[in-house]
Amino acid sequence: MTETWIILGATSSMAKAFARAVSLQGANVLLAGRDLDDLHVSAFDCGQRGAALAEAIPFDARDANGFDAIIQRARQEEGMINVAVFVGSMPPQAEIDLDPSLIDGVIADSFTGPAKFLQAIAPEMEARGGGTVIGVGSVAGDRGRIGNYVYGSAKAGFHTYLSGLRNRLTRSGGHVVTVKPGFVDSAMTWGIEGMFLVAPPEKVAADLLNAVKKKKDVIYTPFFWRIIMGIITRIPERIFKKMSV
Amino acid sequence: MLWKTLTYCGWGRVKHAKGPVARPERASTVGQALDDDAGPAIGNCRSYGDACLNNEGSAINMTRLDRMIAFDPDTGILQVEAGMRVGEIARIFAPQGWLPAVMPGTGFATVGGCIANDVHGKNHHGAGTFGNHVTEITLMTAGKTQTISPTKSPALFKATVGGLGQTGIILSAKMQLLACKGDVMTVTERRITDFDAFIAALDQSQSTYTVGWIDATATGEALGRGILEEGETGYGLVPQKKSSKSVPFDAPGFALSKPVVKAFNTAYFRRVPASGRTIVKPIQDFFFPLDRIHDWNKLYGKSGFMQFQCVVPPSHLDALKRIVEKIAHSGLASPLAVLKRMGPKSAGLMSFPMEGYTLAVDFRADRKAYSLIAELEEMVATAEGRIYLAKDATLDTKHVPAMYPNLPKFVAAAKKADPEGAFETDLTRRLKIRSAS
Repeated sequence: MTETWIILGATSSMAKAFARAVSLQGANVLLAGRDLDDLHVSAFDCGQRGAALAEAIPFDARDANGFDAIIQRARQEEGMINVAVFVGSMPPQAEIDLDPSLIDGVIADSFTGPAKFLQAIAPEMEARGGGTVIGVGSVAGDRGRIGNYVYGSAKAGFHTYLSGLRNRLTRSGGHVVTVKPGFVDSAMTWGIEGMFLVAPPEKVAADLLNAVKKKKDVIYTPFFWRIIMGIITRIPERIFKKMSV
Repeated sequence: MLWKTLTYCGWGRVKHAKGPVARPERASTVGQALDDDAGPAIGNCRSYGDACLNNEGSAINMTRLDRMIAFDPDTGILQVEAGMRVGEIARIFAPQGWLPAVMPGTGFATVGGCIANDVHGKNHHGAGTFGNHVTEITLMTAGKTQTISPTKSPALFKATVGGLGQTGIILSAKMQLLACKGDVMTVTERRITDFDAFIAALDQSQSTYTVGWIDATATGEALGRGILEEGETGYGLVPQKKSSKSVPFDAPGFALSKPVVKAFNTAYFRRVPASGRTIVKPIQDFFFPLDRIHDWNKLYGKSGFMQFQCVVPPSHLDALKRIVEKIAHSGLASPLAVLKRMGPKSAGLMSFPMEGYTLAVDFRADRKAYSLIAELEEMVATAEGRIYLAKDATLDTKHVPAMYPNLPKFVAAAKKADPEGAFETDLTRRLKIRSAS
């Protein structure tokens, strides 16, 4: 039976690569995001690449009123419902320092928005007895750093949420993959100083598919970020607080 | 962020540029980049010299705009964003019975790049150039976006096809795909003993796709010997070869030294039995034979390489023979040498193809190669031929007006579309193309 993938934040390059990868397998894809003009083109593209069904659908992480329409649309399809969450926003920390109210948006985009969506769709997944959630977090969520600790803390919250959701959905045959990408070659990292070991989105998408297939719980992509973050999280706080990594 | 300062180079790695590059991921961001700091569009930088470079200026990398926008299975008209790779179109559509009507030698070339250089393929003698199959272009110039076609703004269309990016940013294009039976090629390979026999064989070939590999190290009686490949698309099952390989580092100088190339070429020639043979292979292996080796340009070492590609009209065939002779005697050629018949068709004012024979040979970039190529270019000019600007890194400006007789028309159209010269590239500045009168 054809699976359905709801892709939240489908305009990002990582999401686009992932949507193409599942299209190639013949899945249904619902591309959810704010820029519908752009998503309509992506939907056509996915259809040509093999998606059984590809549609653009409006989604704004900050407006939970729109969530139900997406869930209702997915319900019309038979087979397992999967969700891949690519949303998140990272304004420069310096801007947040000047305007602390920006924090609300970051938390909504990176944590509470997707969490509300997942909370709303979880009963449907449970009723169907399976399905997979991919939650894209960030290595920034592993430890608060001077450069992006608001974004990092939102992602840390999301990681914890995903861990709990995994605990829940496992009971009905579902699964949750937490993904912690390092630097991905996207519009978000383009031109930012200090980027290294930047991974192409296609590589990340392949890692995600593999993690779904093997039912991995938490993955770092590319894999070596597990080692890098292993070191960073083990630095004693009294030393770490003076560092700028 | 919108901009990133990058050092980048043409495929031959002899020309480099440094400057801010934007890489929009949505069509809406292209306009933003243009408003901010207008510069020419670039794709996968598969042109060899400096056609894809803008040193000390900005450039807009279109490779992330690589989606299909619309397709009509009744007519075979496909609309794609400019950054989509030709090889990707072939991979997706061949199993459905469609192929890009013209494909260059690498599938990594983007549709935008194929239009801007009005590229040709192994079927030029019949099908013409890439631009001959483009039915519409969405073009963004500073301030406005317009759709142009052979009938709507034909002057601008002809200046955009083969126009080296000078008229603006190609956002998307519609093209007529060619019906094919499947994604397999039936290829007939035959040994050709010398130059004259090669010309005769090319002239007589009835195939849709024809290309000749020549042993550019063979001299004397064997001058111009090689292998003629003739192909037709078909339906069948051929196992796809495993993943591609890549060249991890710059090869040392001796890798392509004279004895190595001579030995390689002899073996390559003998690979095909004296009686010839017909084989089937996946279309990618026929159209894009080198794409399976990623970064093969590193084989020429750190200093890079140049490709000399000319076309010479049939009336000056003797000159072409002298060119091959000169190359063979120089001992500088690499194994990559291609001879093809060209038909009369092209679609742009600055298109390279013309009726005749085209020869392309790679040379490692060293002092001897530079002086040899300069002499060859002189010979091409005398023979009323042309040098392919998509490959060029060395041409003398004085040759450009005679080789490209539509230059004045092109200059006028480019000036109208881009009065500020915002889309100039290192190539147009080096060859003074925009300031020609």
